[in-house]
Amino acid sequence: MKLVYILTPLAPLFGAIAAGFFGKKLGRVNSHRVTIAGVAIAFLLSLVALSKSLSGDGSVMFNETIYTWMVSGGIKFEVGFLIDRLTVVMMTVVTSVSLMVHIYTIGYMHDDPGYQRFFSYISLFTFAMLMLVMANNFMQLFFGWEAVGLVSYLLIGFWYKKPTAIFANLKAFLVNRVGDFGFLLGIAAVLMYTGTLNYSEAFAAAPSMVGTTIELIPGVAWSALTVTCICLFIGAMGKSAQIPLHVWLPDSMEGPTPISALIHAATMVTAGIFMVARMSPFFELSTTALTFVIVIGSLTALLMGLVGIVQNDIKRVVAYSTLSQLGYMTVALGASAYGAAIFHLMTHAFFKALLFLAAGSVIIGMHHEQDIRKMGGLKKYMPITYWTSLIGTLALIGFPGFSGFFSKDAIIEAVHYSEIPGAGFAYICVLLGVFITSFYSFRMFFLVFHGKERFDDHTREHLHESPKVVTWPLILLAIPSVILGALTIGGMLFGGFFGDAIQVDPARDVLAKIGKDYHGVVAFVLHGFKVPAVYLALAGAVSAWFIYLHKPSIADWFADKFSFVHRILDNKYGFDDFNQKVFAGGSLLLANKLWTVGDVKLIDGIMVNGTANKVGLLSTVVRKLGSGYLYNYAFAMIVGLLAMLSIFIFTT
Amino acid sequence: MDFKLLVFWVFSLVLVGAAVGVITTRNPVQAALFLVLAFVNSAVIWMLMEAEFLAITLVLVYVGAVMVLFLFVVMMLDINLAPLREGFHKYLVVGGGIVAAIVFQMIFLIRVKWTGDDKFPQPVPKPAEYSNTEELGMAMYTDYLFQFEVAAVILLVAIVAAIALTMRRRPLTKYQRPAEQVLVQKEDRLRVVEVNSQDNQDIGSISNAATKASAAAKANAANHSDNGDNNPPIDGATEGVKP
Amino acid sequence: MIPLSHFLTLGAILFTLSIAGIFLNRKNVIIILMCIELMLLAVNTNFIAFSYFLGDTAGQVFVFFILTVAAAEAAIGLAILVVLFRTRGTINVSDLDQLQG
Repeated sequence: MKLVYILTPLAPLFGAIAAGFFGKKLGRVNSHRVTIAGVAIAFLLSLVALSKSLSGDGSVMFNETIYTWMVSGGIKFEVGFLIDRLTVVMMTVVTSVSLMVHIYTIGYMHDDPGYQRFFSYISLFTFAMLMLVMANNFMQLFFGWEAVGLVSYLLIGFWYKKPTAIFANLKAFLVNRVGDFGFLLGIAAVLMYTGTLNYSEAFAAAPSMVGTTIELIPGVAWSALTVTCICLFIGAMGKSAQIPLHVWLPDSMEGPTPISALIHAATMVTAGIFMVARMSPFFELSTTALTFVIVIGSLTALLMGLVGIVQNDIKRVVAYSTLSQLGYMTVALGASAYGAAIFHLMTHAFFKALLFLAAGSVIIGMHHEQDIRKMGGLKKYMPITYWTSLIGTLALIGFPGFSGFFSKDAIIEAVHYSEIPGAGFAYICVLLGVFITSFYSFRMFFLVFHGKERFDDHTREHLHESPKVVTWPLILLAIPSVILGALTIGGMLFGGFFGDAIQVDPARDVLAKIGKDYHGVVAFVLHGFKVPAVYLALAGAVSAWFIYLHKPSIADWFADKFSFVHRILDNKYGFDDFNQKVFAGGSLLLANKLWTVGDVKLIDGIMVNGTANKVGLLSTVVRKLGSGYLYNYAFAMIVGLLAMLSIFIFTT
Repeated sequence: MDFKLLVFWVFSLVLVGAAVGVITTRNPVQAALFLVLAFVNSAVIWMLMEAEFLAITLVLVYVGAVMVLFLFVVMMLDINLAPLREGFHKYLVVGGGIVAAIVFQMIFLIRVKWTGDDKFPQPVPKPAEYSNTEELGMAMYTDYLFQFEVAAVILLVAIVAAIALTMRRRPLTKYQRPAEQVLVQKEDRLRVVEVNSQDNQDIGSISNAATKASAAAKANAANHSDNGDNNPPIDGATEGVKP
Repeated sequence: MIPLSHFLTLGAILFTLSIAGIFLNRKNVIIILMCIELMLLAVNTNFIAFSYFLGDTAGQVFVFFILTVAAAEAAIGLAILVVLFRTRGTINVSDLDQLQG
């Protein structure tokens, strides 16, 4: 099996290298063949690992160091794999979505000059993501973490001649630096307190950290565990786009749509969720950190959903929906329902990738027009896209029976049961979030596929269903979007599926409490009708239908009457302006000052040129002393005599 | 105020005045003469301190030799004085200030801070038969003999150096070479010519003519008696006779 | 009765005057040489004064040697001056700046 695990990440890497370095020689067709083959191998091997894992008892299947990079001061830097059910789920999700996106890309990027480069990048991403999820130590986790960040940067700026894309990828990179800095501090704290980078060793040492305090500000003692967990979570906030580090994700939609689906919806942004779930032995020991997590998550879930209502760019609506759903996962983490978070991660990966690819399909059909106000009535032109989009939307809003229903309901229930501080607030947020999710999802759905056709005749002439390479992945993704939840909820949430991979304090184990009342899928669906979530979702859908299809004037009236609210939402609560003004402007100001004062005046002016000037000045003076004139030397002697005489007089 | 103090005051005032004259006068010749005055006055001051030999030496050597040398050089060189005085007034303030500071410090040191006058009582005047020269000679030729000889060598070197520096060859001047003059041999200068007497008779007419020429030559020689050592006419006669 | 400090003061004044002379006549080498002679005279006066008040002939021997060296110095100095004037046509110190860096 060791070979399987090694080959899983290496197959996409091989594809990436082949397409990246030899793309020109291979040609377009061979490039996508080789990368798709690499990812397909990874997918198949993941399935092998999954089947083996499912037949096992849920304990750790494989935990070995493959290669020791270096040993420095007793700290080992290694490359190793830890394979348990958490890893296996992630591997399967990553490789399957990646495979779909690879296939879809053939259609979407068909005419793009950077075809081979694109395939190389997404294969490289698959490799990096697999390294991240399969890691058995923090060093490799960080490697994968940064590698996916790098590929994300490269892909957001894939159309590097587009200024907005460059701005967006720079923004993504910088915001992620903030998170990564916290993450690095967290890893450093783990290393400092446990003395190891290996997961199992660090987790074993985690309970010994209880009671240790750290004084970041002298005089204020904090629990070392809380600080470590919050630092790690700040890393997750950057990668998984939680408030206030979420600002990069909407802008990342400047990248090609397959990337939005693969990286910025399904996989990379969930790395933070996965990481926190992986670190559950740490987080479980700090209630403060969990409270922090749940509050941040609920804020993200609610506020980002609200922004989604006012967006007009089809991809941005989906992007804000992604942010909101990531908030849900984070709430689940905060409520100690790690299983629910991973479960939602998995279902979300499929239906959100579906939604993105559907949006991409619409964009292809509309000739790269992304404004939903200029669409409408596309149902009859693009039936496959329409139906798959409907499935994705229903899954997203948590329509009973669809996969999103199970995962989201599990989260809401978990929060409901949770007794952690902040859980009450989170419960309200997630319930409101359900309504809002439904509202903006159907707003977009109706505006795009129903109602009047708001595009021009030229577009209409060319409007047709996308090619098979585009529609097939949609169909393939639609299937798990419908059935995956119902198939896996029983095993994954309540059956102790994750085994030792996730450790939960029994007092907080909300999933176990829910599990007591769990009597099969049908009962769960029926139970869903007894709680407000489903009704809220339906209310959202109906409101959207009423406002945007039945009486569009209401939307205008609302925007007019509550222009204040509208403006806040339109400005995305001012996060961007704040960052732009305070951080960007501040650092620009600081850099300017450093440049004009520090560099030009201080370093160049005083140190470098100043030294030269002073030497020159000194030498002009000294040169006058060495004038060659006798009387100047005599004068110097006389002054010296006077000085000596003065010293003699005044010291004796 | 006793007589010695009076002498001291008078001569030291003249001495200082002369020194001021040396540094302020425009003309180097005047400066040299002021310096002579300063040396003479200072010789008197030295005399007050019973340093008779040195006082006389100062007058003889300095006034008689060194200052004459100065005067000689000043007069020999055709010096344009105007540029040499440039900046005199400009430097007067700075230089005067610094110098005033020095002199005040020195006087302050000697007059105020230093109270050594009590430690150095007035020496008893030497008796009349005491010879300062003899005592100095005793010290110099016994204890300081080596230094004395070194001083002699220094003087010699100074003489040689002064001559070597100033001596120069002038290509257009004529001068004697005594060494060559001494070394010259008889053969270098004298040529003996044999004259046959018989030939004289054979050519009597010619001989007559020769005699006439000889007489003319004599007359000629008599006319230019101032440069009497001229002998070419005789040579010419000789040549004329030879065949 | 003349106290020692009188002679020392006289020496100090002479010495400082000669310094002033060097300073003021900074361009004329001949005056500078004369000022050096004056300076040596001041030093000699001090030597003789101390010799007198200490009753030690060594001071006078010193003066003797100083006179010797001063004579030699004057001779060589004037010789240099003559050569200088011959080669450069001037004794202006301002023109003598071959050592200038």
